[in-house]
Amino acid sequence: MNNPDTHSGVTNAKLGVWLFLASEIMLFATLFTSYIVLRMGSTSWPWGWDVLNVPLATLNTVILISSSVTIVMAYARAYDKDKGGFQKWMAATLLLSLGFLVVKGFEYGHEFALGIGPHTSVFYAIYFTMTGLHGIHILGGIAVNGGLLWMSTVDEHWNNHLFLGRVEGAGLYWHFVDVVWIFLFPALYLL
Amino acid sequence: MDRVFHTSFYMPKDIVILGQAYAGSGGGQPLLWQHLFWFLAHPEVYVLVLPPMGIVAEIIANNTRKPLHGYKTLVYSMMGIGIMSFVVWAHHMFISGMSAALGNFFLVTTMIISVPSVAILTCLIFSLKGGSIRYNLPMAYALAFLPLFGIGGLTGLPLGLTVTDIYLHDTYYVIGHFHFVVVTGSIIALFAGVYHWFPKWYGRKMNDTLGWIHFWGTVTTMCGIFGPMLFMGLAGASRRLYDPTAQFHNLPVQGWNVVSTYSAYALALFQLPFVYNFFHSMWRGEKTVENPWQATTLEWACPSPPPHGNFEKTPTVHRGPYEYSVPGRKNDFWMQTEPS
Repeated sequence: MNNPDTHSGVTNAKLGVWLFLASEIMLFATLFTSYIVLRMGSTSWPWGWDVLNVPLATLNTVILISSSVTIVMAYARAYDKDKGGFQKWMAATLLLSLGFLVVKGFEYGHEFALGIGPHTSVFYAIYFTMTGLHGIHILGGIAVNGGLLWMSTVDEHWNNHLFLGRVEGAGLYWHFVDVVWIFLFPALYLL
Repeated sequence: MDRVFHTSFYMPKDIVILGQAYAGSGGGQPLLWQHLFWFLAHPEVYVLVLPPMGIVAEIIANNTRKPLHGYKTLVYSMMGIGIMSFVVWAHHMFISGMSAALGNFFLVTTMIISVPSVAILTCLIFSLKGGSIRYNLPMAYALAFLPLFGIGGLTGLPLGLTVTDIYLHDTYYVIGHFHFVVVTGSIIALFAGVYHWFPKWYGRKMNDTLGWIHFWGTVTTMCGIFGPMLFMGLAGASRRLYDPTAQFHNLPVQGWNVVSTYSAYALALFQLPFVYNFFHSMWRGEKTVENPWQATTLEWACPSPPPHGNFEKTPTVHRGPYEYSVPGRKNDFWMQTEPS
């Protein structure tokens, strides 16, 4: 059942993940387009570094890039059938992604404490929409990665020949979430 | 978002609604809605036209009994269109009040996307050269696609140029252009596909006489509808009029409007033979063989209609799909599944 499809050379599941990511790219592309249109048509647009916390966002960028490294390590351990190693690296990935959300929570908390929200200005509207949607994607990634971590503790799942493909799919998605942040960070904070 | 979270994505600054100053922060743009709409809707028209182009390419290769001319150019052009289609959307919005700098950008991308489109059409036309053409029904539709889609494509250029678009925008010319692309382009190609693959779907042939009546009726009435629209638009008649005779400047082209309307009724009538032919042939049509068009590709190697699982046994593919008129062979087609 898991043979690569003869037309595409990859498993149908992997192709499905790629198609899903393509639709995700369209979703975020729409938001980036809105960002450009709103900013070009706006008479006043704040500098990201004046109103947002760049050091915290830089920390978050480092955290997210590190988590992309750890998930690749987790995949490599799973490839070698090293259960302990896989669990260690996957747990590290989960910790990093939770760390990202905690840092983001501090940023949001500070803004809300000042009475700033999506209604404040069109800049904050697009800022909260984009980072909020990205945060929801992080939550989705945590659910998938956490699920894989749990599955690795169950022999039936760990020994399933589909397991490695599942880790790969989760990794693809996680890299995508990472890349979105790498575009969000300069667009909102630095430009 | 504007309603639930009180954001101002679509709300400009200092707007007054029903005498009340809008309470939100403002700073957004109503135009954003148009941007989002066309960001979806422009790539969508390429979704409408690219698969029919594939149908036409397939039928032309089969009925000229030779490989497609410039196959790689054709494939790369299709991929190029697919990518470019995401960065041309605002050419629908030149006179919407959006920034003129953006207009220039979308003018350039629109001219760029016309290049692969022309490359595809050129490849298809050159495929005819030196072929031993079979004038059957699917081929007639595929051949009709070439000039008609060409008209649709070329009439698009004045709309993609900002200067001429100021005059032509929101006139009947736009409607004519769009329908030459999507109706005489996509729909004609879909008819070609129906006549081509019908024997595979039901194991029976469609009636030729009814098919030719449908073909000539459809092609002429389609031109009768959309051709006059181009003339009317060039003369300045706007679209979406309740009564086109109400404005003095529309009267000189009112005759064309009437031609267009009668052609539309005639087009509807000419679809009756098709509908009858389709359903009648489904059950009563002349039985046909597995591969009535002597085609090379895999679908023609399974029985007509294909049973559950399509193939009787998993086919082995020995060669590419365009082995027509290979020198030194008795038959002018060499199926992908045929062992050498």
